[in-house]
Amino acid sequence: MTISLAQFLIVAAILFTLGVAGVILNRKNIIVVLMSVELILLSVNLNLVAFSAFLGDLTGQVFALFILTVAAAEAAIGLAILVAYYRNRGSIAVDDINMMKG
Amino acid sequence: MTPLPLALAHCLPELILAAGVLVLVLLGAIRGRESDGPVTEIAAGLLGGAIVVILLGGKTNAIVFDGAFINDGFGRFMKVLTLAGSLVTLVMSRDFLAAEKIDKFEFPILILLSTLGMLMLISAAGLIALYLGLELMSLALYVLAAFHRDNIRASEAGLKYFVLGALSSGMLLYGASLLYGFAGTVSFAGIAETINGKASLGVVFGLVFLMVGLAFKMSAVPFHMWTPDVYEGAPTPVTAFFITAVKMAAVAITLRVILTAFPGITAQWRQIVIFLSILSMVLGAFAAIGQANIKRLMAYSTIGHVGFALVGLAAGGETGVASVLAYMAIYLVMTLGTFAGILSMRVSGEGVENISDLSGLARTDGVMAFFFATMMFSLAGIPPLAGFFAKWYVFNAAIQARLYALAVIGVLSSAVAAFYYLRIVKIMYFDEPAPAFDRPALAPRIVLAGSGIIVVFLFAYPGLFIDATTAAAKSLF
Repeated sequence: MTISLAQFLIVAAILFTLGVAGVILNRKNIIVVLMSVELILLSVNLNLVAFSAFLGDLTGQVFALFILTVAAAEAAIGLAILVAYYRNRGSIAVDDINMMKG
Repeated sequence: MTPLPLALAHCLPELILAAGVLVLVLLGAIRGRESDGPVTEIAAGLLGGAIVVILLGGKTNAIVFDGAFINDGFGRFMKVLTLAGSLVTLVMSRDFLAAEKIDKFEFPILILLSTLGMLMLISAAGLIALYLGLELMSLALYVLAAFHRDNIRASEAGLKYFVLGALSSGMLLYGASLLYGFAGTVSFAGIAETINGKASLGVVFGLVFLMVGLAFKMSAVPFHMWTPDVYEGAPTPVTAFFITAVKMAAVAITLRVILTAFPGITAQWRQIVIFLSILSMVLGAFAAIGQANIKRLMAYSTIGHVGFALVGLAAGGETGVASVLAYMAIYLVMTLGTFAGILSMRVSGEGVENISDLSGLARTDGVMAFFFATMMFSLAGIPPLAGFFAKWYVFNAAIQARLYALAVIGVLSSAVAAFYYLRIVKIMYFDEPAPAFDRPALAPRIVLAGSGIIVVFLFAYPGLFIDATTAAAKSLF
């Protein structure tokens, strides 16, 4: 049985939707937000690699490698900012990020 | 294939910043002291050097590095604006950072890295280059927003900016992956060739996601929700950097992507741009009215101004692009001046940022009140100041493109927005004086006066300026 391009795209779309929903709906913990962001990036990578394989073109795989690299840097910076925030606020609950409003 | 030395000559400004920032990181680490010392001066020198290289360098247009990097008149124009924004912000923020005790050597380095990302972003000719430039810019900006790390509001601003910025990058990437798949290439020119008038559903989806990501970075409504919080919480010099340099780069890449990759489906993207533009103008005008914090007010003001700039993009064509370029150049001068004023708002050593702190400024510091009022009048678009001409160009372009409704909504929301700018002038001139500000440092004072003079006298010499924007706009078509 071969897997068609459409099936890859559907899986990636589901992962992407889950990631976005995780960022928006989650009210508990920032770490979950970071995980959801990673999920979004992975769905994009899946998309790119599937397209690359079906188009017979290597550009998509190069793109996916760049995204992996940048995602690592992004996660590092995100966690660093999170630590700085935790030191000041003593909590990383999403509902506590409310110093500024309006 | 362009030979390597020739290709490198086309990205000389980027090379200067990239090599310079590496040396500065080493210098900062070897000195082993926290204070910024000579790092700020060298960083300012590098930014100035990059501007000089662009202004004096070759005027040939070329696409190098296998279709990833483009050097053209449009890019050079926006790069000069971006670099000027970074340079002035860096120079005028020094005393503020020292007073807040956050004058660490990392600050100029992060500004340089972020500016390097912006230059790469402006010169991107393909989706991969766009993504890498965008992330180099954004990753440095996340850290800058949280730069005052012992301050709870700054770290909260950094966290919010990071989460929403990462989400928007994800959206943009998803759009990029769909575009790659359905167009079969990542270069803007290649995408334009494949689309050629009829867009498949996949390409339109890709366009929409890409626009969402870019709208986040430009802070256009409905993707603006991070803007007020981040601009209020971040240290004032960083807010100035967000509003000046970052805005230039974000608008530049939006123009480039839309006009070079999607000229074949104008009807599709024009709907999106008009939608973003109207919502931004209206929200920017109404939401700013009730604000008490001047940085928050400037955040809503910048949302409105992005809406005005998008009017020019919706008009499209050379006139439209030239009007956006003129708008951004004038907006840069106005916001640099305004933030020079905001940076000078300090009472007995403490930074203050409420609008009520400006009360009666005319009696305690007449010169500053005069120039600050000039900035407010210009932002409101009162003739004959530069801000009026900026708005006139974009609305003129919209009318030439027969977008009458858009122009009318723009003029109306600009009239509403004038209310809160004029309220600040009224507070400065007619209210009872609040405690006088400390004697401001020299650099912000010079920037405020300089931008005041440019804003007042631009109408006398518009020719040179208009020629530059028209020439830059031509290179996109």
